[in-house]
Amino acid sequence: MSNNNGQNLAGKVAVITGGSRGIGAAITKRLAADGASVAFTYTKGGDAAVSVVKEIERGGGKAIAIQADAADAAAVKAAVEKAVATYGRLDVLVNNAGTAIPKPFEEATLEEIDRVIDINIRGVYVATQAALKHMKSGGRIIMIGSAVGERVAAPGLVPYAGTKGAVKMFTQALAREIGSRGITVNNVQPGPIDTDLNPATGDWAVPQKAATALNRYGRPEEIAAMVAFVAGPEASYITGANLTVDGGMNA
Amino acid sequence: MNTKVVLITGALTGIGRATALAFAKEGARLIVSGRRDEAGAKLVGELRELGAEAEYVRADVSIEEDVRNLVAQTIKRFGRIDVAVNNAGTEGKPGPLIDQTVESYTMTFDTNVLGTFLGLKHELKVMIPQRAGTIINVSSTLGQKTAPGASIYAATKHAVEGLTKTAALEAASANVRVNAVAPGPIETGMLDRFTGSAEKKAGLIASVPLKRMGRPEEVAQTILFLASDRAPFITGQILGIDGGKMA
Repeated sequence: MSNNNGQNLAGKVAVITGGSRGIGAAITKRLAADGASVAFTYTKGGDAAVSVVKEIERGGGKAIAIQADAADAAAVKAAVEKAVATYGRLDVLVNNAGTAIPKPFEEATLEEIDRVIDINIRGVYVATQAALKHMKSGGRIIMIGSAVGERVAAPGLVPYAGTKGAVKMFTQALAREIGSRGITVNNVQPGPIDTDLNPATGDWAVPQKAATALNRYGRPEEIAAMVAFVAGPEASYITGANLTVDGGMNA
Repeated sequence: MNTKVVLITGALTGIGRATALAFAKEGARLIVSGRRDEAGAKLVGELRELGAEAEYVRADVSIEEDVRNLVAQTIKRFGRIDVAVNNAGTEGKPGPLIDQTVESYTMTFDTNVLGTFLGLKHELKVMIPQRAGTIINVSSTLGQKTAPGASIYAATKHAVEGLTKTAALEAASANVRVNAVAPGPIETGMLDRFTGSAEKKAGLIASVPLKRMGRPEEVAQTILFLASDRAPFITGQILGIDGGKMA
């Protein structure tokens, strides 16, 4: 078995959507540290993307950053194609890009609802279709869903929770449809994770921290470790699974 | 991982044996248990050949004195328990519910539910004061979705999941994590006994999206992952290793 310092993914190519910050940056760096050549998308914040690439290159890894809004289907497809053109193959897709616009549901505008659906669901469908064109047996499709895709502990996340529930069933349906090709499809469901979008300090964090059994926020690296496991050879019989990393929130 | 003390019940065959071998390759110190002394001694020999410190302790997990002794022997030998794998289980007597008996019920529940409960109880009594440790129980895809002929076995595995999640909530404040794995069709003697015929076994495999059985080693690798420092925020979870059977 590999350990934290293993090169489980040597020779593999991974595409990560939304890889410049937060959980996505941790996943990108972790897969690169495990030996994968990585390509990741970002929307804004080119500086953060450049710094992720530089950090990976300093560690001897290969990385490229591609600007592509997850809501822009043409841009997402082009990003997947660019990754394949650059590295010559595709083994792992991590559908990480996501957004939430916390507020009471009745106050959400149609534009806000569309934005959440376009990034969290439509973008996932588009990226997955584009990636499957290039994937062979042993391929890995990994969603970053959410613990609220199965159980919702607090108000304010209605459209987001709906999309994450959809990601869960998308995962299960696709796993069944493409299992015979030897490609696995799994859904990693984070609980509260300390990022710019959901910082572990402040009023919003108090009930989330209290809802976990471990009484703390998770770190992006703790999600990245699960993604690395399910991307690797040890997880060869795991597919259609919802892998919740939430400090016991949903137990 | 290499100095961790690992306790495994039902370690003599199938998933338990594969898990013991996988931990030994990581350099863990092992206590393996089962009910057949000769097979236990043979397994310990294999584990030591891999470079691991290992001992066999005979235990019937449905007898509290045995489980208490198993945990006590582990402490006596190694001074602590870092990882416990409550793997001992039986398929019982698969068949229609109307043919089940008090005896088949009791036999299956005694090993699968009472055994898991007693393991959790005595392991947590060590781990909570340690303020460290992690437990992995072994459920089944039948712990969430069942099948004709599996009434009592499915009920025991549903119970294992309830025990797992409650133990996770109670132990979290002591920094102890409790999870379960839920294997689907894995190539073991138990699967042969459960399916009963080659035809039924082929039918089961055909229903799995990956179109193959899993290997005990694939379950073992997930148990090692859950036990490792790669999984510190995972507790109260049931992880499926089932080729997509539950999708």
